[in-house]
Amino acid sequence: MIRFEDVTKQYPSQTRPALESITVEIEKGEFVFLVGASGSGKSTFLRLVLREERAGSGQIHVAGKDLSRLSHWKIPAFRRQIGTVFQDFRLLPNKTVRQNVAFALEVIGKPRSQVDRVVPEVLDLVQLDGKYDRMPDELSGGEQQRVAIARAFVNRPMILIADEPTGNLDPTTSVGIMKLLDRINRTGTTVVMATHDAAIVDQMRKRVIELEGGKLVRDQSRGVYGYAR
Amino acid sequence: MRARLILSEVAIGLRRNLTMTVALVITFAVSLSLFGMALMVRAQVDTMKDYWYDKVQVSIFLCGKSSESASCAGGAVTQAQRDQIRTDLESLRPLVEQVYYETSAQAYQRFQEQFKNSPIAANASPDALPESFRVKLSDPTQYAVIATAFAGRPGVDSVVDQRQLLDRFFSVLGGLQLGALVIAIVMIFVTALLIANTMRVAAFSRRRETSIMRLVGASDFYIQMPFLLEAAIGAAIGAGVAGLAMVAFKRWVIDGFLAPTFQFTAFIGWETVLGILPVLLITGVVLAMVTALITLRKYLRV
Repeated sequence: MIRFEDVTKQYPSQTRPALESITVEIEKGEFVFLVGASGSGKSTFLRLVLREERAGSGQIHVAGKDLSRLSHWKIPAFRRQIGTVFQDFRLLPNKTVRQNVAFALEVIGKPRSQVDRVVPEVLDLVQLDGKYDRMPDELSGGEQQRVAIARAFVNRPMILIADEPTGNLDPTTSVGIMKLLDRINRTGTTVVMATHDAAIVDQMRKRVIELEGGKLVRDQSRGVYGYAR
Repeated sequence: MRARLILSEVAIGLRRNLTMTVALVITFAVSLSLFGMALMVRAQVDTMKDYWYDKVQVSIFLCGKSSESASCAGGAVTQAQRDQIRTDLESLRPLVEQVYYETSAQAYQRFQEQFKNSPIAANASPDALPESFRVKLSDPTQYAVIATAFAGRPGVDSVVDQRQLLDRFFSVLGGLQLGALVIAIVMIFVTALLIANTMRVAAFSRRRETSIMRLVGASDFYIQMPFLLEAAIGAAIGAGVAGLAMVAFKRWVIDGFLAPTFQFTAFIGWETVLGILPVLLITGVVLAMVTALITLRKYLRV
């Protein structure tokens, strides 16, 4: 589903590459934690998967597409196969819960009938029934992240990218979010989650890919956050 | 669905940047008005050329009692000289298309007619206006032929090409037109800068929406459309205001003042003014969309 072959990414203004000679393969339906200190290259990895950046060298295949050959006008269609969740939720403050989720479908031109049918389904999946018409600032952090996950998942993507989704949440709320991501993973969606949250990684016992200084230093199935702990 | 959503985004965008939108509309109105004025002056020059070149003649003024040029040393023109000139003119056909003879009295009458609203008319006496042959040429540029044949001959005071007088007048109008055009181009440039800035601000104020649109895979077209429409609507309203200014100018300045005051010439008609309006609209909208598109490529990177 995601394949990196000897991928190096160097930003123009920096001396050291952000990612160096990364080779890794993530299969369809896997749940993968991406761990490492700040500046280890986790965000660059995710940006490369989303084709927000292009690799300097090496090959990246995502959802069957060779990203180095993906022409500019095909990027939108490519991104429709990937859902994305962030630490800061990125909800639109002037839209209700329902409108925030519907927005993701409307802007890719889905017909109204489909939007009206699918949005309540996914809001029920993330257990936000009864709060459809709230504004984001009326919700708790955990609820906001559920809306963001609903928005990322509403178009049934093949891959869900989560960049520190529990970074702003307390441990109890985080567990709820992880259960939700696990449930989404069980529908067959590949989940890649960058995180600093050792407790969650240790508890979930999923595959762990660790980056350090732009290099892949560990790739372990059913891993924990770090050996040192 | 799509259209309704885009339109609501446009409405939100226009309201959110109200001051910028107003500035955009006003600059569009001013620059397109100037552009329209330049087009109207050019149409006016063309109209006047058609009107006047059809009427211009070469005038051969004959010596009167008070003429002072060297060829008039022998006093007023004699009947023999007059007949000779007429015969010679007739021999120059087909270059000479028509010949009219105008007596002093007729010249006086025509002068009174032309300047009836002016104090000059009262000061002129019939004696001061010389008799003349008015020659209409089949090719008005061949003036030199007439000039060499008749200038300086006894009994001829002077040979005047009216076209040259008119050309001087037209060059003044041409300067006016050029001036309006230069100002219009400068204003259009300013307008383009303002569009670029408006787009920058709009892109910034909607960066949350656009970043999410990009993430969920909305097409460039879909992301940029609200911005393009915002610019185009601003341009269209500006063009509308400029169009009203053109219509008002035609109605009150040309028809209301210039035409009754300067009856000796023709002015542009409504069909010309109405023909300029779509030009203003298309110029404005195309300019807005192209500038917006170029700016957005920079500020809405995928």
